[in-house]
Amino acid sequence: MGACDCAGCQDALLALWIDKMGETGPVAILEVKGLSKYFGGLAALKDVHLTVREGEIRGIIGPNGAGKTTLFNVISGMYRPSAGEIFYAGRRIDGLPANKIAALGLVRTFQRTALYHEFTVLRNVTVARHLHVRESLFQVIAGNLKQKERENTEKALEIIEFMGLKHLVDEVAVNLPHGYQRALGVAIALACEPKVLLLDEPLTGMTPTEKGHMIDLIRKVHGKDITILIVEHDMRSVMELCEYISVLDFGTLLVEGPPAEIQNNEDVIRAYLGTEDILTVGQS
Amino acid sequence: MSLHSGKRLKGWALVPLAGGILGLCVLPFFVRAYLIEVVMMYFIYIILAQSYRLIVTVHDWQLYHVVLYGVGAYTSGMLAKSAGVPVFFAIPLGGLMAALVGVAITTPLLRTKGWGFYIATYGLAELIRLSWLKFRNPFGGSTGIIDIPWPPVVAGIDFSEGVPYYFFSLGVMLLVLYFLYRIEKSHLGDSFKAISMDPDLAASTGIHIPRHRLMACAIGGFFAGIAGGLLVHRLGAVDPKLFNLVTMLYLLIWVVVGGTKTFWGPIIGVSVMHTLFELSRPLIQVRPLFFGLSMTLVLIFMPGGIEGVLLKVVARWQKRNRLPTAET
Ligand SMILES: Nc1ncnc2c1ncn2[C@@H]1O[C@H](COP(=O)(O)OP(=O)(O)OP(=O)(O)O)[C@@H](O)[C@H]1O
Ligand SMILES: Nc1ncnc2c1ncn2[C@@H]1O[C@H](COP(=O)(O)OP(=O)(O)OP(=O)(O)O)[C@@H](O)[C@H]1O
Ligand SMILES: [Mg+2]
Ligand SMILES: [Mg+2]
Repeated sequence: MGACDCAGCQDALLALWIDKMGETGPVAILEVKGLSKYFGGLAALKDVHLTVREGEIRGIIGPNGAGKTTLFNVISGMYRPSAGEIFYAGRRIDGLPANKIAALGLVRTFQRTALYHEFTVLRNVTVARHLHVRESLFQVIAGNLKQKERENTEKALEIIEFMGLKHLVDEVAVNLPHGYQRALGVAIALACEPKVLLLDEPLTGMTPTEKGHMIDLIRKVHGKDITILIVEHDMRSVMELCEYISVLDFGTLLVEGPPAEIQNNEDVIRAYLGTEDILTVGQS
Repeated sequence: MSLHSGKRLKGWALVPLAGGILGLCVLPFFVRAYLIEVVMMYFIYIILAQSYRLIVTVHDWQLYHVVLYGVGAYTSGMLAKSAGVPVFFAIPLGGLMAALVGVAITTPLLRTKGWGFYIATYGLAELIRLSWLKFRNPFGGSTGIIDIPWPPVVAGIDFSEGVPYYFFSLGVMLLVLYFLYRIEKSHLGDSFKAISMDPDLAASTGIHIPRHRLMACAIGGFFAGIAGGLLVHRLGAVDPKLFNLVTMLYLLIWVVVGGTKTFWGPIIGVSVMHTLFELSRPLIQVRPLFFGLSMTLVLIFMPGGIEGVLLKVVARWQKRNRLPTAET
């Protein structure tokens, strides 16, 4: 970014950049207004407001059960919100089904390792290119699909290579090491050609080497003009990746700010009770 | 290559297939007329089981498939008898009606899941079956419909005879299997499987689950109806008993024993279990016991069915020969 790499300069630059965004700002690509989600009596989300600008990498952190995954589930259309509105690219999307939201270019990954376990890596990605494979039932039964299939496979292979999985194309997903499985989860999301990508704990359960790989990959994805929201417990990685962080606690938005502010915020430290240095949260 | 890879059969794998088809083509010239009738039932049951498997690939283990088979039989039989529709047109129309009924049953149940879905499908199917029994007009009540016109003579070949109808049903079966195989190997087939493996993930990649479930139900229903049409124009009559829960249980036994993971499972299931069924004619009293027990034992000891055992054998063989492993 700047000529100087020291933390102070970085933070100053960031603050400046964020200020500028505030004034002239690229339009918000994702806007959440007064969002609530109740499970019976439990408020998993309470009146949450969130604005994400195009091109951002936004971190979303918070202790276990804070509502981070619920936020993704509601934004991605898996759950209906109990109250509130969600706007994506200027369009209201709350209440739309998940497949419709994915078709608009807002795609999420899962906290659990969600894959088609019995499929090979290649088939996991080709099937996820659903939105871009157009074949009619007639074509399936009687037509010639060779050309379409070849195109789809080529595109899938590009994504697989991009995610560093090329040497594993014909491996069955269930047999992959955990790190590669998580990378495949991201490859599946990329297959939808998203404009906004929601990553739910992409580093979970990884060794430090694997985390390093994944962080590089996330940066590479961001480099393709994809706006990223990332939920993650590994503070060091979040602080490293994100320009701006939103903190959830008990379903409410606690604070928002650049990493340096968040690290020293009293409320955040209190939320992670008993943790002197929040940078150690999520380190294994 | 394993039976369960995304890849199509190619090269040497086609040899046993061609051999099998050739065998079926010469068979009727070497066996008694009775056996020709028996083998025809295999064709019909393979269509039925294979069309059911398509629906199972989206994980909808509905319990009305045999009733759709009946809808095909009744529609085709009634069109031929009362409306004078030529038999070879009546059969696809029966398929169409079965697809429509399947969609009509499934649509209101799309919101139900798992056991709720299975039981509700059974309830709605029973409603249809009971109306066949209760309405003498037009369904003929418990005696069904008789005197359905026989298939015509086409180009000098009399399709009401055993051997020509054998070849007609063999042809229809091969065509149906070809269509279903194409679906199996297409993106659509993979989308169906994606839904059964992980519906949340599938939806998150843009797959419209209700639409795909209905599509599977319509295609499967269509071919079940075709199977019903084939049956009714060989028997010359429709008997509502043919479409009751017992037949549904046999259908479940075929697909569970054969396996549903690969395209070949239900074919294996029908071939093995229906052969046992035919061989056990002399032991008719213990037959239900035997079949019930065999399904239970398969579920306990080989949950992947016969197909699952074969896949394991193939995988072990590949490992020993250090072949690249395919999907298991
Ligand atoms: N489907 C559900 N039904 C009932 N309660 C739910 C459901 N999903 C989440 N919850 C509850 O909502 C709260 C927030 O859960 P959520 O999974 O969003 O937390 P999280 O911030 O992602 O936590 P973690 O860091 O552990 O993943 C929790 O108390 C959880 O038990
Ligand atoms: N693209 C990737 N995405 C996610 N994880 C990855 C990726 N590439 C590698 N990893 C993870 O990092 C771990 C180390 O991978 P790598 O192939 O670099 O091995 P290594 O540490 O160099 O050791 P060696 O090459 O000696 O076997 C793997 O176990 C894998 O799970
Ligand atoms: Mg979570
Ligand atoms: Mg290495």
